[in-house]
Amino acid sequence: MNWMQHAPALQVVAPLLAAPLIVLMRRLSWAYAIAVAACALAFFFSIGLWSQVQSTGVIAYAIGNWPPPWGIEYRVDALNAFILCLVSGTGMAVLLFSRSSNAHEVPSEQRYLFYAMFCLCLAGLLGMAITGDAFNIFVFLEISALSTYVLIAMGRQRQSLFAAYQYLILGTIGATFIVIGIGLIYLLTGTLNLVDMGQRLSQVDSMRPVYAAFAFISAGVFLKLALFPFHNWLPNAYTYAPTTVSAFLAATATKVSIYVLLRFYFTVFHLDAITPHLPLSLMLGALAIAAMFAGSATAIFQTDMKRLLAFSSVGQIGYIMLGIALFNASGLTAGLVHLFNHGITKGASFLLLGLVVTRLGGTQMSHLSGLGKTMPWTAFGLLICGLSLIGVPGTAGFISKLYLVRAALDLGLWWVALMVLLSSLLAVAYVWKFVEAAYFRPPPEQLPPSLANVTTWDMRLMALLLTLSTVYFGFDTRFTLGSAQAAAQYLLGAH
Amino acid sequence: MNLAAYFTYIATFVLMFLGLFIVMARGNLIKKLVGLGIFQTSVYFLYLGPAKLVGGTAPILSDAFKVYTNPLPHVLMLTAIVVGVATLALGLALVVRLREAYGSIEEDDILAQDQASAGATEAA
Amino acid sequence: MKHDLILRVIAKILIPFLLLFAVYVQFHGDFGPGGGFQAGVIIAAAVVFYALIFGLKAAHRMLPESWVESMMALGVILYAGVGVAGIVLGGNYLDYFVLDAHSTVHGQHRGIFWVEVGVATTVSGVMLKIFYMFADRGHLDRQDPAASQESAEL
Repeated sequence: MNWMQHAPALQVVAPLLAAPLIVLMRRLSWAYAIAVAACALAFFFSIGLWSQVQSTGVIAYAIGNWPPPWGIEYRVDALNAFILCLVSGTGMAVLLFSRSSNAHEVPSEQRYLFYAMFCLCLAGLLGMAITGDAFNIFVFLEISALSTYVLIAMGRQRQSLFAAYQYLILGTIGATFIVIGIGLIYLLTGTLNLVDMGQRLSQVDSMRPVYAAFAFISAGVFLKLALFPFHNWLPNAYTYAPTTVSAFLAATATKVSIYVLLRFYFTVFHLDAITPHLPLSLMLGALAIAAMFAGSATAIFQTDMKRLLAFSSVGQIGYIMLGIALFNASGLTAGLVHLFNHGITKGASFLLLGLVVTRLGGTQMSHLSGLGKTMPWTAFGLLICGLSLIGVPGTAGFISKLYLVRAALDLGLWWVALMVLLSSLLAVAYVWKFVEAAYFRPPPEQLPPSLANVTTWDMRLMALLLTLSTVYFGFDTRFTLGSAQAAAQYLLGAH
Repeated sequence: MNLAAYFTYIATFVLMFLGLFIVMARGNLIKKLVGLGIFQTSVYFLYLGPAKLVGGTAPILSDAFKVYTNPLPHVLMLTAIVVGVATLALGLALVVRLREAYGSIEEDDILAQDQASAGATEAA
Repeated sequence: MKHDLILRVIAKILIPFLLLFAVYVQFHGDFGPGGGFQAGVIIAAAVVFYALIFGLKAAHRMLPESWVESMMALGVILYAGVGVAGIVLGGNYLDYFVLDAHSTVHGQHRGIFWVEVGVATTVSGVMLKIFYMFADRGHLDRQDPAASQESAEL
């Protein structure tokens, strides 16, 4: 029987089954093996689904064999195929990195539970990306969110507990707002299937509940994707979580929330019905530009490298949302390409910082001074990631910035392009802060002797792999740009 | 407009505002969780209120009845209740650990202790 | 509380009925309010009642913590396993139609039955684990302040 036919369901089920299996077999080596097997299966299925979507178009899979709109449907189209690849790919890299990194950051009796929570988080994110049912999005959102809170709370410092609590409160409020919005649409249309909702919403007579639902869903998803005024949970969560968790979150959690936003905006609320009445482009664009400047500016003043990268994430999410706010084909392409590129870049940066934490014990600027001499390859990797965050040609970030500026100029908005360039200057400032500490300051007098040379080969290999991808996707853009363009065409064309 | 006819909706929005206000205005970590719970309860009302149809009977198929109450919102809200329980349990577990780590469950105390320790490491 | 005669007698009489009620609620979920989640919570309530009256040690002896952890995992595996069984028997994931070779209605019955058993197992496991975690913490504080630094597993 054909397993690939069931790939949409199995992709989510593999990590979902792995989590309770890990809880049953309490031994750490078994836990790691099961987690890696499940993650590899998910990655394999997502590549298979991506190639299938390239050739045959939309894949629809009816769970329980109940035909949609009565049953829940898993739907893979041009938009979510490459997001599935991003999530499972970074999950795989981070998981292979985590085996050694956890030895220094997660208490030993909790380590097998780390893998169980990681598999649950992965299952939740993959399910969110693949499902075609609105309430199912909420369920998977909460699965991934709850496991994320637990993962963050596993950090070494006591601030990680408060960071997890803060994220719990804000994340639950966001998810509940999304449920309120879904409820309003369900009361209007009587269906929970996203495609069916979109068709029925175009036939309602009163637009006021549609605007209310739109507002609630937007507010909830903005909280989840950490758009500028709603970003308060992000710096603490990324800084105090174990470094593998920061890497995984930075690469996936906000990106899948952006996907959910796009899915609701284009498939459910047809934007050409909403945009004449609400100044959506203006509002989203204003918030995005504020995010770009506020995030990058705050990053300059941070002394902890992880916190600096967290604020930089807030800024980079601004770029993605700016691309989406332009609402034309090139804008959407730019936003989606930056979604992928930023995921890879931040994942690589946090993995490299994981190497620093393992060797040096911390990520303050005092630990990082002289990194060019103590850990030269890691410093160079962080430099490459920094260049990608700025958008220097030769790195993945350049491709996204290029398309973003081009999209703005297409619409004649030269001042938006100017804003993008100015905020990239701010990015230069915070990357320079790292470069100055690493290359122009002397290393600390005593390298902690017990921690010397404990970065194992698998950690270094995964960090190297992701850093090389940052450069690779700056040159070979067939996968990233091709998928993003296909997705943008699909969103704007099929509605 | 007969306000009494919209009783469930009024209750929904009153609870929603109360819940959000408690989360924002109270600094005690457990009170925040209570507010979150109230906020989630209002969402249950939002779904369940319109589910009951006038003259609808329990949703068991029978030849004697034509109008049935909609069971789908009840099923959805069962899921939401379970999610709410899990969130509350996780939140309370975090509060227990926070109490052990900081000695207090007031948000202001915890933030003050964090500022103090951040200031100490800056000076060091 | 185990020294109070009235509480002990009432507990001994009521706990079997609590468990019986839980089984009733579990199987009547198709036709009335009930189902896996509610039944699981009632089972957990019965065990918590036992722990309150007869002491936490007695509850640990009756239902050890490793069993509770296994219950949590086994329920999820059962649920997902029913889904995979649907695939193996030729349908889609969580397809109940194919679970019975002769009748799709019986297939639906079987599917829902096993799925609800899985839900009840997991929910009672989770509720009991939460109770044990919180109750053990205070217990450990009284016995040995150093042991209260045990990490919390959820």
